[in-house]
Amino acid sequence: MTMFLQSAFYVAAVIAIISTAMAITRTVAVHALLYLVVSLLAIGVVFYAMGAPLLAALEVIIYAGAIVVLFLFVVMMLNLGGEARQSERQWLSGKSWVGPIILSAILLAEVIYLIVRAQPAGGIGAMVGPREVGLALYGPYLIGVELASMLLLGAVVGASHLGRSAPGRTGAGT
Amino acid sequence: MTEVPLAYGLILGGILFALGLAGLLMRRNLLFILISIEIMLNGAGVAFVAAGSRWGQPDGQIMFLFILAAAAAEVSVGLALLLRFYRQRHTLDANRANEMRG
Amino acid sequence: MLGLLWLIPAIPFASALALAVLRFPRKVVAWIAVSSIAASSIISLLVTFSFLHAPPAGNAYTEVLWTWMRVGDFRPEIAFYLDPLSLIMVVVVAFVSFLIHLYSTEFMAGDDGYSRFFAYMNLFVASMLTLLLANNLLLLYLGWEGVGLCSYLLIGFWYRDPENGLAGRKAFIVTRVGDTAMLIGLFLLFHDLGTLNIQELMQRAPQHWHLGAGAAVAAGLLLLGGAVGKSAQLPLQTWLPDAMAGPTPVSALIHAATMVTAGVYLIARTHVLYSLAPPAQFAVAVVGAATLLIAGFSALTQWDLKRVLAYSTISQIGYMFLALGVGAWPAAILHFMTHAFFKALLFLAAGVVIQALHEEHNIFRMGGLRKKLPVAFWTFLIAGCSLAGLPLITAGAFSKDWILWGAASAANGSMGFWIVALIGILLTSLYTFRMIFLVFFGEMHSEVTKKPGMAMLIPCIVLAFLSIAGGYVKTPFAHFLETALPWNAAAAGAVHISEIGSETVAGLVFLLGLVLAYVLFLRSRSYAASLTDNAAGAALHRFWFSDWGMDWLYDRLLVRPYAWAARIDKGDLIDGFYSGIAELNVLAWRVLGLTESGRLRWYAAGIAAGSIIYIAVVLFL
Repeated sequence: MTMFLQSAFYVAAVIAIISTAMAITRTVAVHALLYLVVSLLAIGVVFYAMGAPLLAALEVIIYAGAIVVLFLFVVMMLNLGGEARQSERQWLSGKSWVGPIILSAILLAEVIYLIVRAQPAGGIGAMVGPREVGLALYGPYLIGVELASMLLLGAVVGASHLGRSAPGRTGAGT
Repeated sequence: MTEVPLAYGLILGGILFALGLAGLLMRRNLLFILISIEIMLNGAGVAFVAAGSRWGQPDGQIMFLFILAAAAAEVSVGLALLLRFYRQRHTLDANRANEMRG
Repeated sequence: MLGLLWLIPAIPFASALALAVLRFPRKVVAWIAVSSIAASSIISLLVTFSFLHAPPAGNAYTEVLWTWMRVGDFRPEIAFYLDPLSLIMVVVVAFVSFLIHLYSTEFMAGDDGYSRFFAYMNLFVASMLTLLLANNLLLLYLGWEGVGLCSYLLIGFWYRDPENGLAGRKAFIVTRVGDTAMLIGLFLLFHDLGTLNIQELMQRAPQHWHLGAGAAVAAGLLLLGGAVGKSAQLPLQTWLPDAMAGPTPVSALIHAATMVTAGVYLIARTHVLYSLAPPAQFAVAVVGAATLLIAGFSALTQWDLKRVLAYSTISQIGYMFLALGVGAWPAAILHFMTHAFFKALLFLAAGVVIQALHEEHNIFRMGGLRKKLPVAFWTFLIAGCSLAGLPLITAGAFSKDWILWGAASAANGSMGFWIVALIGILLTSLYTFRMIFLVFFGEMHSEVTKKPGMAMLIPCIVLAFLSIAGGYVKTPFAHFLETALPWNAAAAGAVHISEIGSETVAGLVFLLGLVLAYVLFLRSRSYAASLTDNAAGAALHRFWFSDWGMDWLYDRLLVRPYAWAARIDKGDLIDGFYSGIAELNVLAWRVLGLTESGRLRWYAAGIAAGSIIYIAVVLFL
């Protein structure tokens, strides 16, 4: 692992953490999504630095591309205005964030303690290219792939069913 | 020593997961809850990839691929539900979806 | 031919099972139920002929089917024992059951529970026959409880009226008191003699126990307790009048002709034991004598036709107990037989009357029915005369005079018992003709709405014939029973009256009762009314009417203290513990129910907190 990749890991990790923190605290959905894109891109860099170029590409294409665009579509369809921003701010104000922060902080502390106590030896950065991944994916993990395809099929059917506007039951349609 | 220690990769995953959890618990807007879930999935994925990279094996990356598939399925169904919910209630407040209580 | 013995209880049992499990149309139900009992009675007749034609060795026949269970030395068998005593009982029970089943096919025709009724009835007959044929006391006890169960089920047959259910429960609980005593008696017998096989018991008892031994007296008294419960004798007679809540054929079959005489059979079966224990046998006689008087007086005051008959049944079984107690064994069995005929007939004829008058039970609202229901009238009259003991003609007279003679002349007899039995005859005659005069003579009070059909009349006519002819077999009967149940005569010179003299007096007393009843209840009601007009007469009437205050006494003495104790005991420590567990669960439910808020984020926080606690446990413990 070159020095370059190593420093890329640290920088990208810091960016990912900061942008994630920003993403979850925004009051406007589009802002949050933009920070999320930054976070995902940074994670893509992290993947590349850890020697997983295939995943770096997929992270950018599928997460930052497809999934976030899906979110954006929904935001567009909902067309939330200033009212939504007001209520978001109202919901985030007060003490409502104290409990969640404490809870996740404890969990994080426990996880870090677990990791540190185990003292995992060795470093990361060994290159595992798309070839090995592809061979393993269609070799020992074939059943997993089939299951994933079933899951995606189910998701498609479910989403199309749920997304269809039921006549007579909905008020303001899209 | 030119390599990043494994622990750092895992801790990065943990931090992302904890942030996602905090967002999930903090927000009342269903859209933000879904975003938070994406973040948590990513955090778990980072940990998988780091561990796989440590051993130079593709298994960690394959797990992330499965997570990706699960995330795609989850987000499509989740957003469809969200749209339906908004059409009926004209709000995204998760606390209004509390009819299934004991 | 004797090998067919096992079929006698088996066929009704199979038919009961079929009727209980499968569904048939009504016609088929009736056909199955009646034909199974008919088959049983035909087989019992075949067995009788074979038994008479070629008596088996020792005049008794045992058929072992299989060993029931094997626990150390305790090895009761499913085995049937046939000797003259059980033979007579079986033939009478099977035949009377057949007639009553035939009667029921029409009597119950309109009832919803047709199949259920016949399933219970068949099960009853199977249990009763098992009871009679059992060669050991355990199998007998099985039949004993079986008939008790069927009695309970059939008293509460019309369960939609809670009163009937209560009557069934009362019958079950009161007889259970006696059954418990009997069970302890069985334990005692097994403990001391090491077997429950009746014949072995009867052989071992005289070897083990000397005359009047304490254990023998205790065993005799305990068995007497069971007999008293089942046969509705003093002090456990209170259930039988209430048992009339059941359908009339049930009253005829179970609560008159067969089940209630199971106690008589039990004592007769174990008569060797009672011969060894004179105090127990004396107790039998006293119980019988007291019951026949008390029930006789109660019968005089009842207005419900079936209750009059119920008290009359109690009183007649009292006669049988008296006969057993004084040692006139065959007389008790002969009276069982004639009583089965005429009392079943009385109930069946009463059923005709009650149904004809649209469920009217009050004898004061009947009257003048002798023209409208001639067959019922004549058969009821014949049965009534047999019950009251019309001399020379009717069967009841033969058996009752025999008991009367036994009360004076048998081993334990005395003039005291003789006089009690004589008063009983007066009472019987009085209440019987009161009933007949009130129901069939005088003026009409109710309209006849339903004429009985052939299926109801034929059994009445057959039983009427038997109620007359049943007595003529007295001499061969005694001879036949000789080996199983010898007459236990007193020493010559101890008897102060001749048999003819006793019978003559009995005949005169019967006439006296008849005339008294005529004067009081037919000639002019005002005489009867004047008896209860004054305070003392009215109080006595009330006292007798309420069965000598027995129900009241038991209620105050047993039921209420028991209910009180149960109420007090309800909140004790152990109950508190268990209800505490229940309370705790309810509380936990309330608390956990609060967490089911329906809020998504609340659940997510729950999952997170759970993970935190889990990891902490793994980490730090």
